[in-house]
Amino acid sequence: MPTKKNKSTLPRLRLGAGWSYAPAPESAASARINEQYELFMNGKWQKPAKRAYIDSINPATEKKLYRAAVASEQDIDKAVVSARTAFDKYWKKMPANERGKYIFRIARLLQEQARELSVMETLDGGKPIRESRDFDVPMACNHFFYYAGWADKLEFAFPNRAPRPLGVAAQITPWNFPLLMAAWKIAPALATGNTVVLKPAETTSLSTLKLASIIEEADLPPGVVNIITGAGDTGAALVRHAGINKIAFTGSTAVGKLIQQQTAATTKKLTLELGGKAANIIFSDAPIDQAVEGVVNGIFFNQGHVCCAGSRLYVQESIAPLFIQKLKDRMATLLVGDPMDKNTDIGAINSAEQLEKINYYIRLGKKEGSLHYESAVALPKKGYFCRPTLFTKVAQSSRLAQEEIFGPVLAILTFRTEDEVIEKANNSPYGLSAGVWTDKGSRIFNMSRRLKAGVVWANSYNLFDPASPFGGYKESGYGREGGVHGLLPYVSF
Amino acid sequence: MKTTRPAVFKPSLLAGPAIDQTGVEERTARFTKRSIKAASKMQGLLMTLSMIDLTTLEGKDSIGKVEQLCYKALHLHDAFEGLPTVAAICVYPSHVRTAKKALQDSLVKVASVATAFPAGQSSIDIKLAETRFAVAEGADEIDMVISRGKFLAGEYEYVFDEIAAIKAACGAARLKVILETGELGSLDDVRKASQLAIAAGADFIKTSTGKIQPAATLPVTLVMLETIRDHYYKTGCKVGMKPAGGISTSKLALHYLVMLNETLGADWMNPHWFRFGASSLANNVLLQIAKEKEGCYQSPNYFSVD
Repeated sequence: MPTKKNKSTLPRLRLGAGWSYAPAPESAASARINEQYELFMNGKWQKPAKRAYIDSINPATEKKLYRAAVASEQDIDKAVVSARTAFDKYWKKMPANERGKYIFRIARLLQEQARELSVMETLDGGKPIRESRDFDVPMACNHFFYYAGWADKLEFAFPNRAPRPLGVAAQITPWNFPLLMAAWKIAPALATGNTVVLKPAETTSLSTLKLASIIEEADLPPGVVNIITGAGDTGAALVRHAGINKIAFTGSTAVGKLIQQQTAATTKKLTLELGGKAANIIFSDAPIDQAVEGVVNGIFFNQGHVCCAGSRLYVQESIAPLFIQKLKDRMATLLVGDPMDKNTDIGAINSAEQLEKINYYIRLGKKEGSLHYESAVALPKKGYFCRPTLFTKVAQSSRLAQEEIFGPVLAILTFRTEDEVIEKANNSPYGLSAGVWTDKGSRIFNMSRRLKAGVVWANSYNLFDPASPFGGYKESGYGREGGVHGLLPYVSF
Repeated sequence: MKTTRPAVFKPSLLAGPAIDQTGVEERTARFTKRSIKAASKMQGLLMTLSMIDLTTLEGKDSIGKVEQLCYKALHLHDAFEGLPTVAAICVYPSHVRTAKKALQDSLVKVASVATAFPAGQSSIDIKLAETRFAVAEGADEIDMVISRGKFLAGEYEYVFDEIAAIKAACGAARLKVILETGELGSLDDVRKASQLAIAAGADFIKTSTGKIQPAATLPVTLVMLETIRDHYYKTGCKVGMKPAGGISTSKLALHYLVMLNETLGADWMNPHWFRFGASSLANNVLLQIAKEKEGCYQSPNYFSVD
């Protein structure tokens, strides 16, 4: 409920109150989920050496969904050896256009099984079915299509430089976009002629395991792609393995730093895509109503579990009261609940642990003296849910404005001049993305040049395209994924 | 609370936020993703019927045609119990008296187009005279067109004064101002025309005459709803909205209602503040209601063609 201090004086609208939408759940029946999943190595499903398994739950119901194998060092060794064998025996010798055909085949199979994949992604991770259906799965397909096209054109990507594959790539993906991140990693690695050992996050392995069966169906040579599951220990062991040539990691900055330490003084190439605390900047001449929408998509997309989420909102002082009122009114129409319902805007928080972290920051924000506001939406009794939340009167020096929350919590700050907001936006250890909202073209160019962020969106937010590179400045990591730039981390010359 | 309208035109009336067309289109696409099922679908369909301005604006309109349309307005489909009547009948001024008589003391309003509809290419005196005629014949509502030529030529003060004069001539009748957005060319101009019309005294703003393509679209309607919202934030006063032309299916009508629900909310979800200008929408809604009631689609032959 809004606190007394955070109340608006503007006339009230009764948004969404005139008509409620009956439940419109997507059927879970289209997903065939096994009770137990093994490790996909050397083209075969193999039991883990220690016979250890880990349960994964549906965060919207807290019920067990499946269990996945936990790979130990022994298993990892097996996976790396099969990737190495596949590299030497098949993949590096294969004509590039043949390699491309395999990647195209994966893309088409993904497309054919899109519905099952989106249902799996939603059941396992808690994201709304609308997002997995309209964003995650189609975007994953597009990445395979895009990089399939590059496979036999690498000499055009790097003219006169004779690119060579690195060998075995170890890839670790996060829990917020499991299938999409697997696509971002596997597609360019295969296109450039590398073989892969990939480990998804332990809370959201399902869609990646489904991808493994699609790769099996696509009949890739055994060992070209190996999917192993497990938690942090498995990931750490994979990173330590002497037989890998390349590590691609997407996840937290803390773990990214550890990986960088461990790969110091080795020849392993490394790319890191880490955290963020993006500034989304609204000038007084912005298209206001569209900017409100952009802010909502920037912070509430995927429950805010987005490394490039627009979590720091800078609004020019002259328009702040009206803008914040409009934002609150828009939040009143966001439906929070069953992720399988086609009308749900905000689904379940990925895990109990993450929900606790978000609630910690909400308590902290209140303690720091910022004004708390959340929508009045009713939350389901079971499962991990969080109302869309914002804080106003946030200071640049408060932790709420500095630390990544990774949840649907927006910190709102105000500014007066262009120089001031650039300085404040860059005043962060992160630098993954930023948003600029203004009607003035010259200002967009000035801002995008001076903001230290890998991606700057102008009058839009969270738009992606396989042809566009993505990656960070500073503690948001290094290396780029997507586009021609995304080929570079997987080749040597 | 009633607004005090500015008596004279001020250039500041034209100042408004920039409109980003791509952003507007993204937002409206999102409305169409709402899945409306079961009880909420039935509620939406009945609401749609009650918001229709059942329209006939043909050169060949006759007393007989108007009388039949009025009967339809009161008896949409008597085989189903509990159906609402439509909100209004919309006709040319010469048929207002006929419609008024046919509708007698029902709650269905009579709306009359006026001001040299649809092009609006006439003198202010003739437009005023036509408005007074329609009101004298018994019209409850006047649907006027703005002078698009003057608007596009930058003569905003002329357009403003014309609307204000027609409003004065309306007396107790409610004034709907048709912007004919299909001739305005950009969403920025839609926004500007909406602000102008509201400031000059419009009780409703309306997208189109139905004689020009494109007529009502979701993006244009969203920009107009957002203008109404900004006016409400500023003054606490409501203005009505009427998309007209091209809304002929229930599915599309439900998208409009979703947009209304999430932009202006519950206080606008009634025929007093929202209308659909349409001639063929009613029968499509009736077909859908029949499907919801009986589980399968019926032949269109079961529904009267008026």
